[in-house]
Amino acid sequence: MVEIVEPIATKPASRFRFLLDQRSVLGAVLVTPAILYVLLLVGVPFLLALYYSVSAYTIYDPSWRFVGLANFRQIIHNPAFLETLGNTFLFTFASQLLGLILGKFGALLLLRPFPGRKLVRAIIILPWAVPIALASVAWEWMFDSLYSVINWTMIALGIIDRSQAPNWLGNPHLAMLCVIVVNAWRFFPFAIVIFLAGITAVPQDIIDAATVDGAGFWRRNYQIIMPMILPIVAIGLIFGIVFTFTDLSVVYLLTNGGPIGATSVLGFQGFQVGIVSGDVSHGAAISLFMLPVLFVVVIAMLRFIRRREI
Amino acid sequence: MAAVLTRNITKTFNDVAAVNGITLTVPDGEFMVLLGPSGCGKTTFLRIICGLERQTSGDLLIDGNVVNDMPPRARGVAMMFQSYGLYPHYTVRNNIAFPLRTQRVPRAEIEKKVAWAAQLLGIERLLERRPRQLSGGERQRVALARALVREPTALLLDEPLSNLDAKLRASARQEIKLFQQRVGTTTIYVTHDQVEAMGMGDRIAVIDHGKVRQVGTPAEIYDEPADRFVATFVGTPPMNLLSRGGAHLGFRPENFLPKDMIDDGNGGVAEFSFRVDRSEYLGSERIVYGVVEGFDAQVITAKLPPAHVAEDSIRPGEWHPFAVRNGALRYFDQDGKRTSRH
Repeated sequence: MVEIVEPIATKPASRFRFLLDQRSVLGAVLVTPAILYVLLLVGVPFLLALYYSVSAYTIYDPSWRFVGLANFRQIIHNPAFLETLGNTFLFTFASQLLGLILGKFGALLLLRPFPGRKLVRAIIILPWAVPIALASVAWEWMFDSLYSVINWTMIALGIIDRSQAPNWLGNPHLAMLCVIVVNAWRFFPFAIVIFLAGITAVPQDIIDAATVDGAGFWRRNYQIIMPMILPIVAIGLIFGIVFTFTDLSVVYLLTNGGPIGATSVLGFQGFQVGIVSGDVSHGAAISLFMLPVLFVVVIAMLRFIRRREI
Repeated sequence: MAAVLTRNITKTFNDVAAVNGITLTVPDGEFMVLLGPSGCGKTTFLRIICGLERQTSGDLLIDGNVVNDMPPRARGVAMMFQSYGLYPHYTVRNNIAFPLRTQRVPRAEIEKKVAWAAQLLGIERLLERRPRQLSGGERQRVALARALVREPTALLLDEPLSNLDAKLRASARQEIKLFQQRVGTTTIYVTHDQVEAMGMGDRIAVIDHGKVRQVGTPAEIYDEPADRFVATFVGTPPMNLLSRGGAHLGFRPENFLPKDMIDDGNGGVAEFSFRVDRSEYLGSERIVYGVVEGFDAQVITAKLPPAHVAEDSIRPGEWHPFAVRNGALRYFDQDGKRTSRH
């Protein structure tokens, strides 16, 4: 026999007692701090920068006078700015490419079992984890015109003569190479992590199937694994490009934009003009040049990922 | 000639023998099923044949050639994986074409062969789709087409039906079997499902702990099991075993019937007193669980035809006279090996 129990009479619950059980309420409560944070610390300064760029605001003359696109016109006609723009693209894409290549090879090496692999995996993260200010000091000494350990090694090995020792940070082309290498060095552990995550997520059955189907190492890697992990690599690349394009730390610490502006990038020049020199309106205008580029990159990447979704 | 021949193949992982000396001959065109519980080494053995693993010792011959150290691509075998291993970023057409591309087959030839394989499996209309747009059954056909497109010496199948639901599995079983008979490709099929093994195999190799226990036709495996493992692994419910001083007497549940059903008075039957504990009615059969007098510790099952045995004639808790025809009795010695009699 089934017995039906009389419901125990309880006090009617308060209307607000289960308020947080409602998705719409709880969701709003949880997401509000993040939205406020973004609005206040990103949105407001961004709008401010937009206005600065069309004003004549400097720290010596803090007027809000509207000057239209005059700032932008002046900047575009400045050869130093055009060089900076070119440098920024070169710096960003070269260091990302180098970082990706290093990351891919690093990931392939770290996938193979060998004694001490866990230790190496931990150590390899260091360039990413070490503060760049600290790492830059080490790099600066390695590239030093007198005490460069790179030159010392090459001389000791007889590769170059002491008289031809390159002045790494003094030569415009070499200086660019240096900041690219240091930035790639900083980025490649991140690339390794991305590649490791991607490659280990490819089902073993698919790799085995490709092997039995006759694919060798290269074909497996570039026709099966790479296309399959492309979406995750693309996400990593978006992050890399966005961070590098706006970054000034390596340039600021290693070359200070020099020699003669050869390694100046947008973030660095915007900082120099807008903050150091106090010409806020021109600084804002320079920085805003990043916006369309970043916008295009992000849109292109996101569309690409959606198309390749598998 | 044997399409696949193995001689005393072993494989050890960190001193644990996964494959422990398998010698097996698979003649040309045969459908050979490797049947065993999970972890018995059957999949490892299959991976050794296709070259994904290197055996620790022993020889492997495919199409008469020793291929011990040949890479998978040079062996002329194709494999279909449990999860099919389709390339998600390729269309069905490119999936099927992939094994040909790796062999650098000319483009026109590839097109012709892909069309042939697609037509063979009836998937022409799916050629431009991607794997994620296919149903489980369609994926399986694509995987089969990809395996067959380069006309392999041997086709290896690793539990290909385990990802399908029960209904689809029955039809897929039928389809693979019919298909294999039509194409005539030597096939080695790994499964832990005895229904698949019995229903599809020309011959079955029963494997346990990395060793082949018995190779034979489904009827031989079922009726004349070589040892106690085979006797109890194949058949649902498994063969009943009565222990007598270390040796065993075995009989199939369907041969264990009420005495009056089989005893025509001329002898030739072994009689048992059977106490029924529980019975399950499964529609086409009734499974009865109980104990036999003198062997209290062992649960014995009988499979009765409901049409011939009324339910109230075998009430639980009562002792009933049951019997087995002498011809249906099987004897196993202390080591579990089959003996003729004792």
